[in-house]
Order: sequence, then structure tokens, then C-alpha cells
Amino acid sequence: MKIGIPRTLAYYAYYPFINTFFEKLGLEVAVSDPTSKEIVDAGVEDAVADACVPIKLFHGHVKNLINRVDYVFVPRLVSVNREATFCPKFLGLPDMLACSIPNLNNMLEVRIDIRGKKRELFLTCLRVAGKFKKGFFTAYNAYRKALISFKDYTNQFLQGGIPPLGIMAQKKSADIKLGVVGYPYMLYDPYVSLDLIKKLIGMGTYVVTPEMVPEEVKQKYAGKLRKTLFWTFSNSVLRTAFHFLETGCVDGIIHVTAFGCGPDFIVDKIMELEARERNMAYLTIALDEHTGQEGLNTRLEAFVDMLRRKRKVKEAAML
Amino acid sequence: MRKVSYPYLGNATITFQKLMKALGNDVVLPKRPTEETLSLGTKYAPEFACLPFKIVLGTYIEALEAGADTLVSTGGVGPCRAGLYTTLHEKILKSLGYDFEMITLEPPGRHLRDLIASIKKLVSKKLSIADYFRIGRFVWKELQLLDKAEKLSHKIRPLEVKKGETTRTYKKCAELIAQAQSYRDLVEIEREIELLYEKIEKKDIDPIKIGIVGEIYVVIEPAANLEIEEMLGDLGVYAERSMFLASYTFYNAVMDLFRMPGERDVKKLASPYFKEMCGGHGRESVGNAILFAKRGFDGVIQLSPFTCIPEIVAKSILPKVCAEYGIGFLPVTLDEQTGKEGLRTRVEAFVDLLAAKRKKKKMNLGKGDVVYGTLSGY
Repeated sequence: MKIGIPRTLAYYAYYPFINTFFEKLGLEVAVSDPTSKEIVDAGVEDAVADACVPIKLFHGHVKNLINRVDYVFVPRLVSVNREATFCPKFLGLPDMLACSIPNLNNMLEVRIDIRGKKRELFLTCLRVAGKFKKGFFTAYNAYRKALISFKDYTNQFLQGGIPPLGIMAQKKSADIKLGVVGYPYMLYDPYVSLDLIKKLIGMGTYVVTPEMVPEEVKQKYAGKLRKTLFWTFSNSVLRTAFHFLETGCVDGIIHVTAFGCGPDFIVDKIMELEARERNMAYLTIALDEHTGQEGLNTRLEAFVDMLRRKRKVKEAAML
Repeated sequence: MRKVSYPYLGNATITFQKLMKALGNDVVLPKRPTEETLSLGTKYAPEFACLPFKIVLGTYIEALEAGADTLVSTGGVGPCRAGLYTTLHEKILKSLGYDFEMITLEPPGRHLRDLIASIKKLVSKKLSIADYFRIGRFVWKELQLLDKAEKLSHKIRPLEVKKGETTRTYKKCAELIAQAQSYRDLVEIEREIELLYEKIEKKDIDPIKIGIVGEIYVVIEPAANLEIEEMLGDLGVYAERSMFLASYTFYNAVMDLFRMPGERDVKKLASPYFKEMCGGHGRESVGNAILFAKRGFDGVIQLSPFTCIPEIVAKSILPKVCAEYGIGFLPVTLDEQTGKEGLRTRVEAFVDLLAAKRKKKKMNLGKGDVVYGTLSGY
């Protein structure tokens, strides 16, 4: 039995858990190919025109898998904690796919609504295992292994690495520290993000992403807004930004967003206004399937140059 | 005394003014959104904000310029982003230097205490329980009457012999309702409205029927949807929309308070295609489209603001649903760039298609053939 896992959306946030779980259940796991022009084009063909890039991409990745696996894993991410849900497009994802992709008959739709309870997560795993006729103990074992694998993954982030990009550690001596905020499926997909993070590191900066900030630290900024945002990933991004702004531990913030992203117009504007109030350098990069390398390079170089100059002026004033 | 203002929403604007006055506030009446309103909103709103966000932001700026010191709007529980609009509106307006208080009326089901606190802020006069009852009854009746007058106008416009007569009658009715001061007035006006519409000379035809579904603000507010219902009526089409303010308020405030799911049928109908509540009116759009199809409508138009997330989900589901039920589908995305003439062209083409389809169906039926083929309005 072969399970296909689309390499986008939930993948970048939770793949160690998902992959390990299916493998330990004794199933063969096939991850779709890394995002490429073909995959994007395949997605654009079937997805509704005004959907954001990640949703179009998901269609492409599903089509990449459809004919070579027994089941395509399509999560319906509803909630992982008690305070928020995911973006409406995540909630409606399997329904969208069922109506947009012709001949999609082998969708393994899994509704994930765990509200932060370990028990619910296990029950969900048990249900999935049951579909493949795997017993309680196999399921429990796979679930345990998956949790360990996920824990290991989050620890790598906390130690300054970016595992999905194969970055194990960054140079501590970098002169500029950059906060790069955005959703995992935008930041860690090298094709969609046009390798933005590696480019920044190549320019000699130290990059901090939301996953590299411990959960307890982010939680401290939960009360910053009068009303908590409705979306899990957005809360993580916004709280990370507040952490950067309040502690001043970075020289500037770059927000990476998808063109037309629904939740992000709120998140982006709040961060922009807050950054302006505190005089923090702030740059928004909106990406879609047409964004070009050169334009992005120019903007990133200009931003980093500006931060370097700012730093020099500051240092000169201190002397 | 507080100087209260609020977003413009069709005829309900007048009703809300009466309510605010009855509670002892001064009101800065929001103006009907114009192109200037929209360009003000577009100037200060983020690029990907949806059309309602921009229109409302523009309306707020105009109201603040006219001297309002309190803005009242509704909240929401998500995951549709509209529930967070007041938070962001407030932040943007404050960053522009305006000084005011933002009062957000959250749905009572989950924020009852907040709602009561917000309402307390808006009561600037000593009122007895009987007063509250009187005000409540009046406002509710007025909202229902407004909806009734509008529904009748949609029904009669495609049948009118003299062009423009229905629109004139409707405006007259709206004015009558706006002038009402007591519940008794409203009861009398109700009879008068029926009479006025009866007087219109009507053709005896069976017009093309189109259902309108989509996001609530652009469905309800004609300034946002470029008066699409009037446009359809003038083309001889009976257009019926899925949402009216009074019933919407009822379902989402009262039913929610008692934890009863609103619009149960619609959700049930949508569930084979759309299994999850995803906020906004995405699922209702799908459910209502099916309801229209079952009632024998010829087609469905979906109105959605550009980048509206729940409607994007619905939009990828609706073509299949409409094809299965054999009715036409036309998605209309609205933003500050949408022009009325472009929309009219698309709507006219859609109506022509539906008429052709109906004719074909009739001919085939005459020959005893099976009706086949579906139409999706792209």
C-alpha cells in the first residue's frame, strides 16, 4: 500500500510526524516531487483562478501523485489548539479538490481537529490506522515514533537550524540579524520562496523564522491584540513579530506572504503599523507563481544594504 | 452626547439611525458609498483587503470627518476575516490621527458579556423595560418591512410594462418606511406597500429566474454590487437573493444565542459537497444554489469580493454543483476596479444563454426527447 503526501501546506509544518506515522504503520510513503514549474502549471490549470499560490500548488502536488500511489493524503486541518482554527481554504481543501480535479478517486481525507488534546491526536491516528486494518498497538507505536520525530524536528529549529532547507546551523558571527516571518509552506518551499532564506544567509545575515522562536516566548505576546486572530499560523507569525519588535533582537523584519492571501492582509498591516511605531525596518514580499528572481534579489539586497548602513551610522554615533 | 456612526448597509441605515436616536445618541448618518468613498478606503486599506473592508473604511473616514466620535460595527467569530475588521479599521484610523471610540457588537452566543457591555455604552438615556420592548418591536418590524418592499420589487420589476415604474414605487415605499415613527405607522404602511405594488401594470410572462448567492455585504448593499438586481430586473429577469438583513440577524444573533444552528436546511443541502463550516457564507452559497435549483431557477450568480476566502472555496465547488443540478452558473468577483458596463455585458450574455437553454429544453420536451447538457456560465 502506497500513501502519497503532497509536498506543500501541512507538509512543511508537520512532515516529520506525518511521514513517520505512515512509515511506522508499515505503509510505503511517497512524497510528491519538489515544487517545479510543471507542478505549478498543473495546479494553475485546475484550481480556481483567484485562489492563492499555496492552494494552486496543492492541486499540482496532488496531480503529481494521483497516478502512482494508492491513496493521496489530503488533510482537512481544522484546529491544533483551542484558540484558533486554520484558514478557511484549509478547512475546505478536500471539498475544493473533489470538485476541481477530475478523476480524483483515491483521496485519503483526514479531518484533523485536535484542539491541543493529545488524546484527540491519538484518536485521529487510530482512525487512520483502522482504515488500513492496523491494530491498536501498531497505531500506538507509530504515533509514539511520530511524536518523537516531530519533537526532534522542532528542537532542530530551536537550535538555529532550518531542517526543511537542510540548514543545520547558521554563522553566529553574522553582523545583521533578520526576522523572516511567514507561513511554513511559503518560507520553506525553495521554489515558491525563490530560495529567499538561503539568499539572505548567503548575504551574510542570520535569519530567524517563527519556528525558531520557542512556543512559550510567542505565548507571552498573545494578549497584544484586543481580539485573538482566528488562524493558527497567523497567530504564530504575529506573535513572533511582536517578540522581534518588543525585544529588538533583530535588525529588521521581512514578511513573506502569498499574493491574495486572505488572513495576511490583516497580519501584514498590523505588523507594518507596529513596526512603524517602533522605527523597525520592515519589508513585505508578496509572492505568486509569476514572481521573478531578479526583482526579488534587488529588493533583498537593497533591504540588507540599508540595514548595514543603519548599523554603521548607529555605531559611529556610539563612538 | 455621543455622536455615533456606523457602516452604510442599504435601507437598514435608516432603521439603525432611529435605533441609535431612541437610545439617546446623536447620529452622524453614514452616506451612501460613492466612488470617492471607495477611493478613500482603497488609499488607506491594505492592497489585498476585500471590497467591503475598503468601502467601510472609506465610510468611516467620511463619518469621522463629519464629526462622529463613536463608530459601531459588528464582530464575528471567524474563521472568516470579517470578524477582525473592526480591530484593523481602528488601528488604521488611529494611525491616521483620528480620535474616536470603536464599539464592536459581537454575536451573543460566545461573547454575551462583551455584547452587553458594548450596548451599555450606547445607551445614553434612561429607558424602562417597556421602552426597550417598544424600540425593539419597532426596529424589527421596520427591518422586515424593508425586506418585504425589496422582495416585492424584485418580483415585479421583470413583469412591469412601463420601464422604471417598479424602481420608483420601491423608492417611494422606502421613503414611507423611513418616515414611520411608531409601530402603528408601520402596520398601516405595510398595507399601503402592497397596494402600491398591485397598482403597477404587469405583463403575464414567466421570466427567467436567477438566484443570487455570495458574501453578505456585496449581496445586500447595491452600491457594492453595482445594482446588479436592478440590472437583472431591467433585463426582464426575476432575481432573488439568498440573504436579507432581518432574517440574517435573526439566524446569526438569536439562534446563535440558544446554540441552535441557523439555516439548517441550507447547510444540510450543501453538506455532500461542502463538509466543513469554513466561515463567512461559503457553505451557504453552495446550499442556497442547490435550493434555487430545486425551486426551478434557471441559474445562479455568485457575488464575491476579490480575495474573499470562503467564497473562493465555494467558487471551486459551485461549477460542479450547478452542472449536476443542470442550472447555469456565473461567478462575479467584485473589487474597486470592477466597472458597471463590463458587468452588464457579462450578465446580459449569461441571461441570453439561460434563455436559449430554456428554449432548447422546451423544444426537446415537445419532441419527447430527454433534456441533456448543462451550462456553466464562464
